[in-house]
This record gives sequence, C-alpha cells and structure tokens, in this order.
Amino acid sequence: MGALPILPKLVGERVKRREDPRLIQGRGTYVDDIKIAGMQHMAFKRSDVAHGRIRSIDTSAAQTMEGVEAVFTGAQIAEMLAPMPIGTPFPSPPHRAVATDVVRYAGEPVAVVVAADRYIARDAADAIVVHIDPLPAVMDPERAMTGQPTVIHPEFPNNLAVALVPSGTGVSAEGSVDDSAIEAAFAAAEVVISQRMINQRLVPNAMEPRGVVAHFEPGKASMTIWSSTQNPHILRTMIAAMVGLGQDQVRAIAPEVGGGFGAKINIYAEEYVTAAVSKRLGLAVKWVEDRSEAFVATTHGRDLIGYVDVAARRDGKVLGLKLRLIADIGAYNMLLTAAIPTLTMMMASATYDIPAIRTTLTEVFTNKTPTDAYRGAGRPEATYFIERAMDMLARELNLDPAEVRRRNFIAPDKFPYATQMGAVYDSGDYGKALDLALKASNWNALVAERDAARKEGRLVGLGLAMYVEVCGIGPSSSLPTGGWEHSQVTVERDGRISATTGASPHGQGNETTFAQMLADQFSVPIEHITIQHGDTGIVKQGIGTFGSRSQAVGGTALHLAGVKVKTKMTKFAAALLEADEHDIVFQNGTIGVKGSPAAAKSFSDVAAYAYVPVPLPEGLEPGLSEEAFFEPANNTYPFGCHISMLEIDRDTGEPKLLKLVAVDDAGNLINPLIVEGQIHGGLAQGIGQAMIEEAIYSDEGQLLTGSFMDYALPRATDFPRFELHSSVTPTPVNPFGAKGVGEAGTLGSTPCIVNAAVDALAQFGVTHIDLMLRSEKLWRIIQGGQA
Amino acid sequence: MTHVSMTVNGKARKADVEPRLLLVHFLREHLLLTGTHVGCDTSQCGACTVLIDGRSAKSCTIFAVQADGSQITTIEGLAKDGRLHPLQEGFWEEHGLQCGYCTPGMIMSAVNLLTDTPQPTEQQIREGISGNFCRCTGYHHIVNAIQHAAGRRS
Repeated sequence: MGALPILPKLVGERVKRREDPRLIQGRGTYVDDIKIAGMQHMAFKRSDVAHGRIRSIDTSAAQTMEGVEAVFTGAQIAEMLAPMPIGTPFPSPPHRAVATDVVRYAGEPVAVVVAADRYIARDAADAIVVHIDPLPAVMDPERAMTGQPTVIHPEFPNNLAVALVPSGTGVSAEGSVDDSAIEAAFAAAEVVISQRMINQRLVPNAMEPRGVVAHFEPGKASMTIWSSTQNPHILRTMIAAMVGLGQDQVRAIAPEVGGGFGAKINIYAEEYVTAAVSKRLGLAVKWVEDRSEAFVATTHGRDLIGYVDVAARRDGKVLGLKLRLIADIGAYNMLLTAAIPTLTMMMASATYDIPAIRTTLTEVFTNKTPTDAYRGAGRPEATYFIERAMDMLARELNLDPAEVRRRNFIAPDKFPYATQMGAVYDSGDYGKALDLALKASNWNALVAERDAARKEGRLVGLGLAMYVEVCGIGPSSSLPTGGWEHSQVTVERDGRISATTGASPHGQGNETTFAQMLADQFSVPIEHITIQHGDTGIVKQGIGTFGSRSQAVGGTALHLAGVKVKTKMTKFAAALLEADEHDIVFQNGTIGVKGSPAAAKSFSDVAAYAYVPVPLPEGLEPGLSEEAFFEPANNTYPFGCHISMLEIDRDTGEPKLLKLVAVDDAGNLINPLIVEGQIHGGLAQGIGQAMIEEAIYSDEGQLLTGSFMDYALPRATDFPRFELHSSVTPTPVNPFGAKGVGEAGTLGSTPCIVNAAVDALAQFGVTHIDLMLRSEKLWRIIQGGQA
Repeated sequence: MTHVSMTVNGKARKADVEPRLLLVHFLREHLLLTGTHVGCDTSQCGACTVLIDGRSAKSCTIFAVQADGSQITTIEGLAKDGRLHPLQEGFWEEHGLQCGYCTPGMIMSAVNLLTDTPQPTEQQIREGISGNFCRCTGYHHIVNAIQHAAGRRS
C-alpha cells in the first residue's frame, strides 16, 4: 500500500461543522419548506379572551369561502381526539386540543380551518365568529392560591395544581416530615437573610416558529408527520396513541429544526390536530405558526416566586436554607410542566454543603399560556435564588462574596456527594472554577477599576455567581419516556460508516461531534462517515435532545454501538489476515496485524469480506451493523463560575453590560468550537433574562409583550464580547467523561448580573432588585425609591 | 391577479400573483426558493432578508408587486460558480450558525454591511446586524464570521 496521510485524532479538536454547507446556502429543509401533492393548509381560530365560556361559534361564512376544505369546532375535534396526555405523574385537569366549552388563556384554540393555501386559511379563520362570555381572569398566582378571583379548573380547589410538596432534610421518601434539623439550624443562626425573589416569565422564541405537516395515506394505513420538534420518537409514540394507530404505522420526522430551547419538547395540540385532521380527510395537511401565534401558543418558561431564608453564622458558614416556591404554570399542565419546578428543588443547595434544607413547592393555575421547559428548566431558578442569597449574606456580613462561597463549597474530596435534596453529584471542584474565574477576570483589577469609576460618580458594579446543574438526564427512573438513548452503527460494504442516533439535534452539531468520535474509534477519515437523526423511519429508537443529554447519553450509545461493530470487524480481520484477533490494529484507514504493517488490509477490503464472507468464520454472522441502548447510572453535574461588570447610567437608569467572564466545567470536550457556541447562546439567554426579557400580561390576561415589537429579544448590540475559560473535571458516569453544556450559560449569567446591579446601587440602600433590570426600576432606586 | 416580472438570482421570473402576496411568499411558494425564511410578522427578526437591487430588505414587509422590475438576490444566489461567498465561508469557518434558521437573512444583511463598510469595526458589525435576530449564538461567532469575511481574522 502507498503512504497514507496520517489521520489526525479528532476528539477534542475544533472541527468545522459538517451541517453548515447546506445551511449557509439556504439548502436546509425545515418543516415549512415541505410540499406534498394535494397538501392543505391549516389555521387556528384562537380565543382573544383569557378566561370565558364559549356561548357560540358561527363557522358558516368560513365554510362557504372558496378554497376552504373543512372547518372543525372544538366539539368536532373532541370526537377525533381524547384529552391531551401529560408526561408527569401529577394530577392534571382535562385539556382538549381545541377548547369545547371554557377557554382558559388568550390564544387557546377554539376552531380549525383547512384550506387550499395559507392566505385562504387565515381569511377563513378570521371569518369565524366566536362569542365568549368572559369570566374573571386569574392572573396573580399568590391571589390565585386563595381561590381569587375565581377557580379555573373546578376539580382543583384554590387553583392548586400541586399543593405544597415538601422536600429536603427530614423529609422521607414516603413523605413524612421531620422539622427538627431545619428548625435547629435557624435557632442556631447568628444571621438570617430573608428575601422574596421573582424569576420572571420568559418566551423561548426559537427563531423557527413551530410547524407540522401530517400525511396520512389511507391505502397504506400509515402516517408520516414532520414536526419542528426536539424529540421525534416521543412524538411518534404520542401521535400513534392519540390518532388510533400503532407505532409501526407512524413515521415521525424532525427535519432541520430552527432551535428549540426546551419549548419544542412538548407535544402540542397543533401536532395532534394536524394529524387527526389529515387522517380524517385523507389529505396531507400543513400548519405553520405565525410569530404572534407563537407568543401565546408555544409554552413559556420560568415564572417562579421563591421565598428564600438563609441561616448562617457570622463567619459566613450557612447552617440552613428554606426555599418556598410558588410556580405560576399557566392554564394547563403540558408534557413536563409540573416537573420543571421540582428540578429547582433538586438543585436548591447548588455548590454548597448546607447541613439542613427545607424546600416546599406549590404549583398554581392562572389564565396564562402554560409553562414548560425553557433552557435550563428549573436549574437557573435554583441558581438564581441561592446565588442572590449568598451575595446578600456576604453584603450583610461585609465579607468578600467569593470568600463566603468558598467557606460553603462542597469539598472536592467529598465526591460523589449526596445532597440533602436527594441528588448525587458525580464529580466537582468548585474552588478550582472560582479561582480560575477570579484569575481570568483579573478580579482585583476589576475591583480597583470599579472603585475608581465610583470616585468619578459612575455607578459600576461587579457580580459573581457559581452554578452546578443536572445534565445528561437518565436513568429511566427519572424520565417517564425512559432515560436512555439509542444508536446503530453500520460499516457499509464499501467501508463507509453510517450511524443513527436518537438524539435529535436542532443546532447542536451532532453530525459533526458524533462523526469525530467514530472517526477516531475506527481510524477512518471523517468524510467517510454519515450521522443520521431525526427520522423514526431510519433511527429505530430514541428519546430526544433536551437536558443537555446529547453527548453524555446519545454520544455514549453511539460509542457503545461502535465498540460492538469494531469487535466483530476485528474478528473478520483476524480471519482474513490469519492472525490472532488480539493482535489486530485499526490504523489510518487500514486494519492490520501488530508488528507487520505490510500485511495490512484496507478498511474497505475487510468491510467487503464481512458482507461476502467466504469462508464464513466460525461463530460469526455476516455483516457489520450493531445497535446499542445506553442508560446512564446517574446524571452528570457540570458547574462553573460567571463574573460580570455592569454600569448603570445615573441619569436614565439604563444598565450596560461591560464584561462577562465565564468559567465552565463540562468535563471532557469533544469539540471545543461547538461547546463555545453552546455557552455563548446560553449566556445570551441568561443575560436576556437578567436585563431585558419579560413576558408581561395585563390584568385582563392579554399578553402585552406579544410580538417582537414589545418583547425584547436580545440583539447583537446588547452584548459585549464574552470571555470564556474552562476547567476540566471528567464525569465517571460515561466513558468519554463528558458532562453536557447546552444549558450551562443560562445558569450563572443571570444572578451574576443582578449581583452586579445590586453592587452598583448598594449606595442607595438597595439589597435586592427583582428581575429584570428595567431602566425605569433602576432609575427609581437612584432617585431614592426602592426596587 | 397582477402580473409581475423580476430577475431573481440572475434568472428572469414572471408570474400572475394576488396583489397581497408578500415577496417572501412569492420567493418561497412560487419560485421554491425556501432558503429565505419567515421568523416573525412584525419586520423585526430579519430571517427573510434578501437583496433588492443590491440593498438588503426584509421580504416579509413588501408585496411581490412592489418588487416588479427589480433585481433580487437570495441566499441561493450568493455562491458563484460553485464557490462560496466570503461571508458563507466566514460563517462556516467561525461557527457562525447553530440551528441555521436566521443564517440566510443574517448573511444577506452582512453582505449589505460589507458593501457599505468593507472594514467595519466590531461595533459597526453589531449595529449592522441589529435588524437580525439570532437566538442560538449570542452573536459572538457571527461577529467573528463577518470579521473573517472582511479579512480581519486570520
């Protein structure tokens, strides 16, 4: 054989994305790009009131419009679809895909139109006349808990979706509660910090709105459904059950998906209705969301009130933490809604060794768009509450905020560490991340810079925040869908490799990172590898992409399937080379015998032999295709430290982010370039939450921030250049030692910015500012008022 | 129906369209140029940005009939003779995209920016793309990508 170029090791390298050539040329196929012969377009008529009883729906004008194929009211849809299922074990009120009698949030569907094109469909929806007798809108979650002004779901008194679940020290698995430890901690306290904090409601706003194409083929009794979803396999399961088909009869496809951020995990009314209507009509049907529609019809995120009490000694050691949570979940339970705030409870102690913790959780129905996962999903809330409280403690005790944190860290020799909240942290070294952040940001110089600016009368503040999050979600006891991931790796007859993964990316770059892993594993060029995903017709099994689990769970499944194929290919090679299989080496696109490189066969020759195995080695079946399920024994717990510097304009109250330094420890990295992109995006959303984003409702239940004219999505001018650094603490949970990084950026950034704002305005006597940092709010503090 | 004719990516295109048809829907639905995306309905997000007579414009905000007689360039028309445009190269080299949905509009806005300001400062880049939303990247790598195209990054 001639001299081959030496193949570089790719894991750990900044490999350019293999997804990009199609996307930068406008050749990607998103849901709205799909056309099928005879395809109809669907539009929804939605409630324009937040709470009311439907008196009448007149569809006659819509039905007679030219080009209208069909119109369905909620009652007619209810004949096709049972109430929508949820994915958590909590009690839930019946939720119809299209409302039948009472509407419970502005934007809830009340009727459906199917027409020849999207313009006609929208015209016809507008021509439907709906009369709704208004009921009082339930907007304030804490008033709602007393049943005021009314009760939304009669079977849930006082609007309590989940009534006061306790967790933490002294709470047994059976639910018995022993308060002695937490009460003792507060009795022994030399200082107690108490603060009510709001983690505001946000709108996820993936740049691609949701969309669905459902194509039921009556002659085949099968359905193909394309959807802008994070989890096509869960979609397949749910759609099959709801429209009365077997899972073998439904093929779900997530084509290019234009972002998700957690809001495309839920299986939505529009997905069920599109599928049911396609089945009823025997036609392909498309529905694509408008942005204005997305603001009310796609789940929102966060919206959690926390009553935080910290008991501490004067040296800064925290003795106890009480966290009382009230979640405003909106009008209905969606797939994961009820579970999201439980993650806030789980992560309440964050990076700290706190001897006694008591959290309680109440979830409340209001007449708002339902909440569900949004990037970070419960963990940014936990981080925010504890990191604000630690800063308040430091300020109260006049101690350095870094030092107070250091005195409470879980020591690095205590891992794996079982928290009071029932989590078992896999690995960590929080002091290392803090030290690196202080050094990388040149903290002491920043303090001097801040103090100099203050002498000039400028309002400059510094903030830091630690975080630890739970990622790589599994095992199956923690997810109703199953907590595993699946992969199949095939060495094709020509020596190329195709692999499937149940992780369904929407920007995460798995086609690149997973190919890097296989290229190293088989020592073949990355150009010879194709990663397939997002299509249940090709990817046999899967769970999906959420909770920063693609690499930690999906990547491991891929690796294990690769191990199986490689083991079998080794046996074929040993037979072909008449060598012992223990002496077989994969090197540079060849397979040979250790010590005799001249005898090596090309990778493709061995592959060809495996498919025409004459003679067939004893004990082997032909072919090179293996699959693997991987279920991790535990989650992973990446961590880090974020630092920010903020200046507030004394005259206008306008805050400006001067600096953001992030240290993130996600364990071993497969592709640092892609990891940086994930962190940047997370930081942007965390900074957005801190500084400009907020979903605001009127007292009557209208979403006032219902378009990009009113909801402040961050622009390029809102950010400085981010400064990233990383420490590496591998996880023992999976063979790559990778922890997950998709959500990390949202955790530390939000509290570190609010901490900086309080630092900047402390001279005005303020100790806490609720999210977000609206300039009017800051201006009032500067004028001598309170937040 | 109203007759329109325009040049799109160098090809003459004629059609009879409803006067209310948006240019973006003409491109996507009639010409099947689906690289131009729709991300909002208030002219804020810029996913639909194309070049009309060499200037960037949000194609969701004008009717097809208003573009009668114009020269339109969409993302599909940017690469020439199988060679990527420098901005496309920049976005690829610098990981300037994740989900890719905002990318075509972002690139078309950047084309306009570099036409007007071939050597922009970082602040000029940030202002130049402030009519385009990206929810994935935090804009950091997009800024790098545009700097790359402008020859400011090695």
